[in-house]
Amino acid sequence: MYRFITTAFALSIPLLLVLLGIEVAVAAWPALSAFKLSFLTSSRWDAVEGVFGAAPAIYGTLVSSALALVIATPLAIGVAIFLSEFAPPWLRQPVAFLVDLLAAIPSVVYGLWGIFVLVPALREYVMPFLSDRLHLGNTPFFSGPAYGPSMLAAGLILAIMVLPYISSVTREVLMAVPRSQREAALALGATRWEMIWGAVLPYARSGIVGGILLGLGRALGETMAVTMVIGNRHEISSSLFAPGYTMASLIANEFSEATNDMHLSALMAVGAVLLLVTVIVNVIARLLVWRVERQGKA
Amino acid sequence: MSGTITGALSADRYSFWYGEMQALFDVTLDIAPRAITALIGPSGCGKSTFLRSINRMHDLTPGVRTAGTLRLDGDDVLDRGVDVVQLRQRIGMVFQRWNPFPKSIYDNVAYGPRLNRKPSGDQLDDIVEQALRRAALWDEVKDRLRTSALGLSGGQQQRLCIARALANEPEVLLLDEPCSALDPIATQKVEELLWELKKDLTVLIVTHNLQQAARLSDQTAFFYLGRLVEHGATDQLFTAPREERTESYITGRFG
Repeated sequence: MYRFITTAFALSIPLLLVLLGIEVAVAAWPALSAFKLSFLTSSRWDAVEGVFGAAPAIYGTLVSSALALVIATPLAIGVAIFLSEFAPPWLRQPVAFLVDLLAAIPSVVYGLWGIFVLVPALREYVMPFLSDRLHLGNTPFFSGPAYGPSMLAAGLILAIMVLPYISSVTREVLMAVPRSQREAALALGATRWEMIWGAVLPYARSGIVGGILLGLGRALGETMAVTMVIGNRHEISSSLFAPGYTMASLIANEFSEATNDMHLSALMAVGAVLLLVTVIVNVIARLLVWRVERQGKA
Repeated sequence: MSGTITGALSADRYSFWYGEMQALFDVTLDIAPRAITALIGPSGCGKSTFLRSINRMHDLTPGVRTAGTLRLDGDDVLDRGVDVVQLRQRIGMVFQRWNPFPKSIYDNVAYGPRLNRKPSGDQLDDIVEQALRRAALWDEVKDRLRTSALGLSGGQQQRLCIARALANEPEVLLLDEPCSALDPIATQKVEELLWELKKDLTVLIVTHNLQQAARLSDQTAFFYLGRLVEHGATDQLFTAPREERTESYITGRFG
């Protein structure tokens, strides 16, 4: 009896996921069949005319997440190396706790901080510095007027939000590297840094990649904070200074205003694409983490 | 340093503490170069602690303290000014549980030389081949140097670890129960290999296996409760021990 109940509970979660997937796919079907491939490639999102192309949102989700990873990964790995290899014990716990706490801050608070601190700072200092002082204004990535709300702002805020995920997974896998591997490197005349670089990090590599992908999953789906700083514009621009859109923000912004069936279905289709991308990323992450765990036992 | 024979180790009133716990008491021991010395004794007698002192592996452990001296070719190993990295290149170490890196066979052996001597590609190929030959592993792996070291058998992985240590061309090779997890055939291969290696380096092996100490080593040192009880030629120590405790141990009355 007990066994039956727990089994039922355990099965209910995967079942729920499957149902959710089916439901989203069914609701998305009208829009997907109406616009076919142009739903993924067109930049025209016109609720009045009933024409929907989600390319800017898909582009924005991928670019803002990639930007977040590029910024967060080196920082997070640096934090993890410091905490697992160098920090004195009295410092390790408090710093690890504070870094993990970053994950506990509600995303709307990040969004507010983004609007009132990050965006003005970008507009007043960072963007002029990048385009004028560093003369990057002529490159396609840093051109155009500095409004403030932008892909850059979204990438930065996401970087802060995913950093604790990457760093705590990395810290765990670094600490799981067997002592015998460290001793092997040291006994061969490695310095501490050579040991970390040549023996510890390679051993933990797939676990670290798993952590990065978990962070990516988080970044892809993040809605509130990004919506508040990205500028919400349906346009693909190569410049990080330009406003953009993400799939999650698009759904959040328009769902309450979606008046006709096609508009609703188009939003559902955006949701389906987002779901698919995050599921793929998470599966890859799981596989990588599983691989490093198996290595550890061998 | 004088003469051409290097790799002479000598401990003088060497003591060692883990925090409050004293693990070694006034160990005075001269280890012959170019010979195999076995360190025997029951678990917790300090033989591994002594072995790991020689290449300063205890540096990793917080709260340890030493007294006395430990010399390699006259240089005090324990001196604060000693370059530990250089010291560990002169003293290779092989551990109880084989621990190759999850890299290719070639990269495992090349690890030390790449760190320390920065050889060219051709030189490195030679160094790797020499080290694998000395470890009697070359013929078994020469066609699969680029495959993962973790695909080798346990005995092969342990000989790979020996090859990896030899690639640094050390004067001393420390082995901490290298055969305790190997089957008899793999053990025999390692022993034959050590027998070859002692022609040009000092071999120091910690072992629980008294038969191994008896058949393999030239000299044997018996440790008990952190003290060196007896040290001498292996034949003499096993057939006519001077100390009663040695006799009790080798005849299996305790341990």
